[in-house]
Amino acid sequence: MSQKSLQDAFVAFDHVQKSYDGEILVVKDLNLQISKGEFVTMLGPSGSGKTTCLMMLAGFEVATHGDILLKGQPINNTPPHKRGIGMVFQNYALFPHMTVGENLSFPLEVRKIGKSEREEKVRLVLDMVQMGDFAYRRPAQLSGGQQQRIALARALVFDAELVLMDEPLGALDKQLRERMQYEIKHLHEQLGITVVYVTHDQSEALTMSDRVAVFDDGVIQQLAKPDDLYERPENAFVAQFIGENNKLEGIIRAQEGDNVIVDLDGGMTARALAVNCGAVGDRTMLSVRPERVALTGDGSNSTDALVQELIYLGDHIRCRMTVSGHNDFIVKVPNASGHKHLVVGENTKVSWQTEDCRALDA
Amino acid sequence: MVPPVHFTERVTMTDSTDAGPVLAADGTPLKKKLAQALFVSRARAFGLVLPLLAFILVSFIIPILSLMVQGVKNDTYSANMPASTEIMKGWDGISEPTEKMFAALVLDLIKAREEKSIGRVATRVNREVSGTRSMFTKAARKAGKLEAPFMAAMLNIDEDWGNIEVWGAMKVSSQTYSAAFYAAAVDADYNADGSFERLDEKDRIYVYLFIKTLLVSLAVTLACLALGYPVAWLLASLPMRTSNLLMILVLLPFWTSLLVRTTAWIAMLQSHGVLNNVFVWLGITTDETRFSLIYNMTGTIIAMTHILLPFMILPLYSVMKGISPAYLRAAKSLGATNWTAFWRVYFPATIPGIGAGGLLVFILAIGYYITPALVGGQDGQLISNFIAYHMQKSLNWSLAAALGGILLVIVLAIYWLYDKVVGIDNMKMG
Repeated sequence: MSQKSLQDAFVAFDHVQKSYDGEILVVKDLNLQISKGEFVTMLGPSGSGKTTCLMMLAGFEVATHGDILLKGQPINNTPPHKRGIGMVFQNYALFPHMTVGENLSFPLEVRKIGKSEREEKVRLVLDMVQMGDFAYRRPAQLSGGQQQRIALARALVFDAELVLMDEPLGALDKQLRERMQYEIKHLHEQLGITVVYVTHDQSEALTMSDRVAVFDDGVIQQLAKPDDLYERPENAFVAQFIGENNKLEGIIRAQEGDNVIVDLDGGMTARALAVNCGAVGDRTMLSVRPERVALTGDGSNSTDALVQELIYLGDHIRCRMTVSGHNDFIVKVPNASGHKHLVVGENTKVSWQTEDCRALDA
Repeated sequence: MVPPVHFTERVTMTDSTDAGPVLAADGTPLKKKLAQALFVSRARAFGLVLPLLAFILVSFIIPILSLMVQGVKNDTYSANMPASTEIMKGWDGISEPTEKMFAALVLDLIKAREEKSIGRVATRVNREVSGTRSMFTKAARKAGKLEAPFMAAMLNIDEDWGNIEVWGAMKVSSQTYSAAFYAAAVDADYNADGSFERLDEKDRIYVYLFIKTLLVSLAVTLACLALGYPVAWLLASLPMRTSNLLMILVLLPFWTSLLVRTTAWIAMLQSHGVLNNVFVWLGITTDETRFSLIYNMTGTIIAMTHILLPFMILPLYSVMKGISPAYLRAAKSLGATNWTAFWRVYFPATIPGIGAGGLLVFILAIGYYITPALVGGQDGQLISNFIAYHMQKSLNWSLAAALGGILLVIVLAIYWLYDKVVGIDNMKMG
């Protein structure tokens, strides 16, 4: 990274490492730049280091090595209360002994803002999250979704330019979670704030983010836009972690331009796009999305399949098949008019395009 | 409410608006049916509680009730001196004693001497007016030989028999139920005519002692809070392994014998003890002006604080353990300094623990007996020590009961006040 781009970025992690015990690095050499107004999600399984990164940015954890920059200024030695970063916590952390109004005016009080201005700001932010009538309630009297809105309002009320969210929707039920995803996304667009969002829910990440950083083992595996992440995963972990994936392992026999010819362990020979695989003779993993597999015999890769199980899911039918020795090969058959009706135990043909089949690290 | 028409079958079963009480399927009222169904489980639950209930009844409720009764009831006189008790009821306590009263007294004295109860009676009257004990025993010895007129005969034995105060004391003593002991417990005199009178300033002890006990309890509670709060915070925030070790240190006083602890305090605090030696060595004091830290109020407060500290730390710890660290983080992320975050967010969340610990320590301290007895000396004695004194030494059980009754009322009043101000449901023991 050039020094210039670090200065320009709104938030920058520059070779950041973090260890709690001096033996294991939970964050290994993290470099990440976030521009102003961006919505970046840190996505990954638990223990992947994403929350640690967020906590370092908020100031609750100290980086063992490297710099964290906010608006070009290193903030490693700035205490959390001077960073001016809004934060929404996993279980909201609304102060239980204060009313909603008092919770919201707390950040304004500690900033010594006058009473009338405080009341005005609290009223505005409550209206913004559509909770105008709730100023005198206690957090315990609110539902999970309402508490969530108040927590959001509290992080926004003091005009923070950067808002961090640590799995804020984790405690909500599915329907409410989806609605809140849209609301947070819209608030982000309206207010022009920068959001760093941590979640382990990939659909949440894909729905809301401008860019997603997929974490595993303390390393960003891929940083990309949601569609790139799904359609063009760069390594086996991302392919497996984001969305559903069929993996077929084998050895590279030959390379032809952008493509490789792979001898699969099950005997089939497949042609795939070389993305992140080794040289001829190395092992590789082919990734094929279930919805990119067709039930015909005329693609560039075509083979026999034995239908093992059919699950009816309304808009599509999930079909588990044995393909090239793997009996967990999934095909999604859209429930379109005139689609092919399969029967368990039936032998059929499956095929996919070369560009839909990506050769990744084994 | 109008039931939907197409549910007519269900409506006839459950509708209670115009068909009386709701009936179960077999026609009995639903309430009765429910009570029957729940009876077995309720009976079983009650059976499980029964041993404890019986134990509490025998070991706690009955003693307390009998204590309350002791405080107002004393039949030493009325049971042993029936004739004078009867005639005393008609006396107003002001006019001169009559020949009839003397006659009844002589009759009673003869009887009491025969039954060997005269000593107890004399002691009882002596508590009202001191110095009367020997009058009774002397008169009882001679009563058998006395002849009418008894007034003159009695005055012949001792001129004080004409003293109206002695007769007043007898009238008060003759009342089986009287407020005399409660009056004594608040430094007042209960007179034969039913009036109360405060004792002379120099004779007052108990009110001062009650106030002293309350102040000492308050001081101990505050000391426990000041010392215990940081420890509880450490316990709650340190990693498990370290906090377990610390917890053992906190609980150590619980596991140490009271006598060992007290001996340790003596070794520490006496004028040639560890602490004073250190003070002299540091030049804080000189060898001639060593601090007296034990056998006085200071010793009582130090030792009681030490002993009661775990009762403050444990409720505080359990409350603090439940406070998510996210609250403090949230406060800081919102711009609060450590100090503001503590006072505005953390401290209010610990109030239930402070309430529970404070109430526990205060109420325990108010009734504390052994520690003041061992390290309190003259100055550090509390009300409980006087209750014990009246139970064991002076054998004035009624006064002990009255003092105990007042202590109980004070504790209940504090409890009530706490409920009004903080709210008892706010309290958290763990």
